[in-house]
Amino acid sequence: MSSMVLTMYRSRETRLGLILLTVVVFAALAAPVLAPFDPGAVDPNARLLPPGSVHLLGTDSVGRDILSRLIYGGRLSLTVGLLAVLISALFGTFVGCMSGYFGGWLEAVSGWLIDVQLSFPFLLLAIFLLGALGGGTVAVVLVLALGTWVNYARIVRAQVLSIKNLGYVEAAHASGAGVLRIIGVHILPNTLSPICVVASFSMAQAILTEAGLSFLGVGLDPSTPSWGTMLNDGRDYLLSAWWIATMPGIAIGLTVYGVTQLGEGLRELLDPRGRR
Amino acid sequence: MFGFTVGKLLRASTVLLGVSFLAFIIGHASGDPVLLLVRGDATAEQKAELRHSLGLDRPVLAQYVDYLGHALHGDLGVSYRQHVGVAGLIRSRLPNSLELAGAAFAAATLLGFALGVLAALYRDRWIDHVVAALSVLGQVVPGFWLGLMLVLLFAVHWRALPVSGSGGIAYLVLPALTLALPTMGRMARLVRAGMLEALGSDYIRTARAKGLGESEILLRHAAPNASLPLVTQAGLEFGDMVGSAFIIESVFAWPGLGRLTVNAVLQRDFLVVQGCVLVIAVAFVTINLLVDLAYAWIDPRVRAR
Repeated sequence: MSSMVLTMYRSRETRLGLILLTVVVFAALAAPVLAPFDPGAVDPNARLLPPGSVHLLGTDSVGRDILSRLIYGGRLSLTVGLLAVLISALFGTFVGCMSGYFGGWLEAVSGWLIDVQLSFPFLLLAIFLLGALGGGTVAVVLVLALGTWVNYARIVRAQVLSIKNLGYVEAAHASGAGVLRIIGVHILPNTLSPICVVASFSMAQAILTEAGLSFLGVGLDPSTPSWGTMLNDGRDYLLSAWWIATMPGIAIGLTVYGVTQLGEGLRELLDPRGRR
Repeated sequence: MFGFTVGKLLRASTVLLGVSFLAFIIGHASGDPVLLLVRGDATAEQKAELRHSLGLDRPVLAQYVDYLGHALHGDLGVSYRQHVGVAGLIRSRLPNSLELAGAAFAAATLLGFALGVLAALYRDRWIDHVVAALSVLGQVVPGFWLGLMLVLLFAVHWRALPVSGSGGIAYLVLPALTLALPTMGRMARLVRAGMLEALGSDYIRTARAKGLGESEILLRHAAPNASLPLVTQAGLEFGDMVGSAFIIESVFAWPGLGRLTVNAVLQRDFLVVQGCVLVIAVAFVTINLLVDLAYAWIDPRVRAR
């Protein structure tokens, strides 16, 4: 285990990414302790203040502290991303497993569904669905999950196809193991490592997409502090108060960098050929 | 090759059927157009009458078949909000989107290629690090945020370019650059990796050994081989660009298809949304089909799969 961590820690980029990610996650967890102000507290006397000694990253158009909103926003953005990744991983893995193991019409139908979904830009589908459903946190999580289940389904299906004819699976069959046991105990554990890699890249995608949707005004509730809604707020004040739109973008960039580096590190770790 | 082509064509048409049906169902579920059309004090009978005259009281499947039939003849219905034909709306916006996407794509490919070659030639020197930083930046921040930052720098701080809108070439620069940056980064990385691999290979050693000049080795032997992955990437990048164009057109108030779609969604003008989805999906499926066929044509192994 310690040698695995060392492998991941060897690349300078991965090291930097993991440190960044740890800081962001820690800040999100400890938000009530760390945030200097109440993220929703409106202060008419402190409107549009530039970064300074009291409000470290400045204030927005109604005088709310940007740093506090960033910290709480990280909580929401990370939670939304994590939930979306969990749901899509479960669903995608299930579909991939079933279509890979049983084949036949299941495989045909899921393959067609994947083709349909991949034949237009996901963001369009997301805007379209959220416009119809009317935004909100639950809707955003579900739509983001819908956007990435395809990745898991494809990779798990390929894994299952290559594993299911191996000797040890046949041996399990011969010793009388049921289908559920074979899939659950003998096949699924072997698909876990690519799933983890896909999950970290999907997390990055989910955070970026959430920001885009909230920026357009079809995502999370505008009153909740998320990085996307903050960008939306800042857009109208771009000419007079640059810091409102700039800060959330930096927060997104650092987080997404951390998450993608985690993915790169995992990929290197789990793929023996890539190990240096 | 013939069987392969027919198979791909069949697949593409079933996918299009699926997409159009999905668009129709979601559009249908997203709101009642009758409520958009009538005044607040309309009676239930007036609403029912309007619904009947629009054909909205018929079975969904019948309405879908009808819609599809008209769509095949270029008729995408009439916008409930703007009271103009959807096909006309799309036709007036499409050239703008193509202009933006074309400029962005050209910039991304050319710059990405040049930067990738430079990064490989000056490996581990400052220019390599700058190119690497640029491509990371393009991947980790939202594209529209990059756009906002470019506006801050070029339009607000230096006042060199207009903030948003459309008109001359000056209006095209910032949105095209914003749209191009992420793609450019990915292309530069691909070309850099390809160049490094090519420069270390036997045929380059042979070319050197037979006394070719360094520029000829680079341009005629290494670069063409390093740019092959670009062809593969180009098909993928197109989809990515169409996606980010939705937000970037809104940021720069660019009168393209993306902004039309986003506004239509926000106003629940669902026939317009449906029409845009259909047009974009057709473009998407066609391009994927062409890319698939091009592969099969270039690489016979693909046909066998």
